[in-house]
Amino acid sequence: MSYDLKQVMNKPERLAVGHRMCAGCGATIAVRGVLRALHEGDRAVIGNATGCLEVSTFMYPYTAWEDSYIHNAFENAGATLSGVETAYRALKKRGRLPADVNYKFITFGGDGGTYDIGFQSLSGAMERGHDMVYVCYDNGAYMNTGIQRSSATPMFADTTTTPVGTQSNGKMQNRKDLAAIIAEHDVPYVAQTTLTQNFKDLYVKSEKAIYTEGAAFLNVMAPCPRGWRYDTAEVMKICRLGIETCYWPLFEVDHGKWILNYEPKKKLPIEDFLKEQGRFKHLFKKGNEDLLVQFQAEVDRRWEDLKYRCER
Amino acid sequence: MPKKDRMSGNEAVAYAIKQVNPDVMPAFPITPSTEIPQLVSTYIANGQMDTEFIPVESEHSSMSATIGAEAAGARSLTATSSCGLALMWEELLLAASNRMPCVLALVNRTLSGPININCDHSDSMGARDTGWIQIYAEDNQEAYDNFIQAYPIAEDKNVHLPVMICQDGFITSHAVQNIELLDDDTVKDFVGTYEPEEYLLNPGKPVSVGPYSISNYAMEAKKNQEIAMENSKEVILRVADAFERVSGRRYGLFEEYRTEDADHIMLIMGSAAGTAKQACDDLRDKGMKVGVLKLRVFRPFPAAEIAKALSGCKSVAIMDRCECYNGNGGPLSMEVCSALYKNKVLIKAVSYMYGLAGRDFTVENVYEIFNELDASVKNDTEPEQYRYIGLRSQGVPG
Repeated sequence: MSYDLKQVMNKPERLAVGHRMCAGCGATIAVRGVLRALHEGDRAVIGNATGCLEVSTFMYPYTAWEDSYIHNAFENAGATLSGVETAYRALKKRGRLPADVNYKFITFGGDGGTYDIGFQSLSGAMERGHDMVYVCYDNGAYMNTGIQRSSATPMFADTTTTPVGTQSNGKMQNRKDLAAIIAEHDVPYVAQTTLTQNFKDLYVKSEKAIYTEGAAFLNVMAPCPRGWRYDTAEVMKICRLGIETCYWPLFEVDHGKWILNYEPKKKLPIEDFLKEQGRFKHLFKKGNEDLLVQFQAEVDRRWEDLKYRCER
Repeated sequence: MPKKDRMSGNEAVAYAIKQVNPDVMPAFPITPSTEIPQLVSTYIANGQMDTEFIPVESEHSSMSATIGAEAAGARSLTATSSCGLALMWEELLLAASNRMPCVLALVNRTLSGPININCDHSDSMGARDTGWIQIYAEDNQEAYDNFIQAYPIAEDKNVHLPVMICQDGFITSHAVQNIELLDDDTVKDFVGTYEPEEYLLNPGKPVSVGPYSISNYAMEAKKNQEIAMENSKEVILRVADAFERVSGRRYGLFEEYRTEDADHIMLIMGSAAGTAKQACDDLRDKGMKVGVLKLRVFRPFPAAEIAKALSGCKSVAIMDRCECYNGNGGPLSMEVCSALYKNKVLIKAVSYMYGLAGRDFTVENVYEIFNELDASVKNDTEPEQYRYIGLRSQGVPG
């Protein structure tokens, strides 16, 4: 079926208005986009690692979630939803849920809760093959605690634990390629996406992830206006530049097959993505030209590596 | 019809799990509790039960998944020991504060370091303030019986708290003893079916679990949790009465052994109570009026009941199998002394430390302690407080 933006956008919201996330936050746009891919009539249990999304959407006694929702702790969204999904199978098997009731299991975590502290729990849940989707809204730092670096933070980003100073150019390491690592778990479906192209890529991949039997992982680049320091109105532009510069390629790994979903006609220089963000301001100072060259080289290396995997 | 058999403590608890046949069991191996998930997996592999087993990648995840399953509306449990319990500490707090009536089969083992696999109570004592009900067993029979009583206590509408069923590592978990097992139908009827009120997989009523709570609400949540812990005392006794009706075996918050006219009482928990009772019999034969108070329920702590039970004696030896490094005695001693003082039972109360990391505790040790108490009362002297029993040497050998 072809993608109809109007129809998709008219689906009832499953994350209600009135939550306390920031204007221009990529995470809520990502969450709403993922949940739109649930088929009408299907129920869901939503899991959530501790982070902005959790503390801003479920503040007692109010919840913004239309579906059942569970937050447990920071590092265990994978394990917690493993338990929920297993309970569903147990109760179905024992006839304690009506036969025509279908639940899907989707958990959200930021990159801190996913790449770092929740990595083991995620890895375990993926390896065991629970029928669930883990969605990482990757904003590239611990934003909830005030913009500390994570293993998802790109090189040279200015964060509060890798501050730019007279002796420092920001974070010294490259970001971890988590989508590839989860793909190596041999799960049926892994995809990387972001908020772009009328949300078609996000919608199609979310639907595939939710309705592919077994464990699935989505890595969604979700910009953070506080941490990235951009004008809140520019969130979609930044996402588009992320893919046009090949910083954040759109790809999927469907039952082991690597597929490149978008190749820009003309790859834009990385400066176009970086210059929109205050966290990279220092890269444009006189004398730091070599840092931009290094950044571009790393983007190119990863892009070529991805193309190789997809062409095999 | 009850069945007589021979089993280790781990086998007895695994057998009870088979009979209860809960919905979900996530677990991770750790000595000496490993046999419990092993035996459950084997029962499942042979079609003797159909619990969904999740072989998680850590104890933190086993308690996380237990919470997830329980929140979803499934009767859930896990098993662990020692460092496993320490690793799930954060989640123990969440299980209790989210009011999850799940069960943990704990096989007590010391905490590192040095790394050591043998029994003491430092694991469960370290978790004593996490909001779990804690029930301790003297032997395999009690471990079995306590497990069967766990869900009716946890799931009671006035409690809604998790329950930890504790047995001593190796001493109880691996030693084979005679045991009387209830038949499957009796256990099924006793435990009943789980009917949660609010749960994630309730199609008609979605629910959100695990909120952020601002200070305007969080303190009330904590008080409600405390009230539930207080409520549990009466429920534990009610469930024990019901259990006596089906098994003939009587349980309370603690067991009083030959204490009616005792001058001196040893207050102790777990398998060492058996040693204490034997020594007590020996000393009674010699005319010494001694008794044993074996604490079964440590959480909720039966402070007033203990003080009352000790009010008629002249001295009590409070036996801690856990060092808590406060420089002033073990956790049991702290709480019992506080209970005695608050209830104005001003007897001689002496703190002892025994059995750490599997150190043997013998009838001779018990004789020595009772003799020390007796002499101190007769001579009106103060025995040394917080003494390590059976210590080979103190400090670094020179």
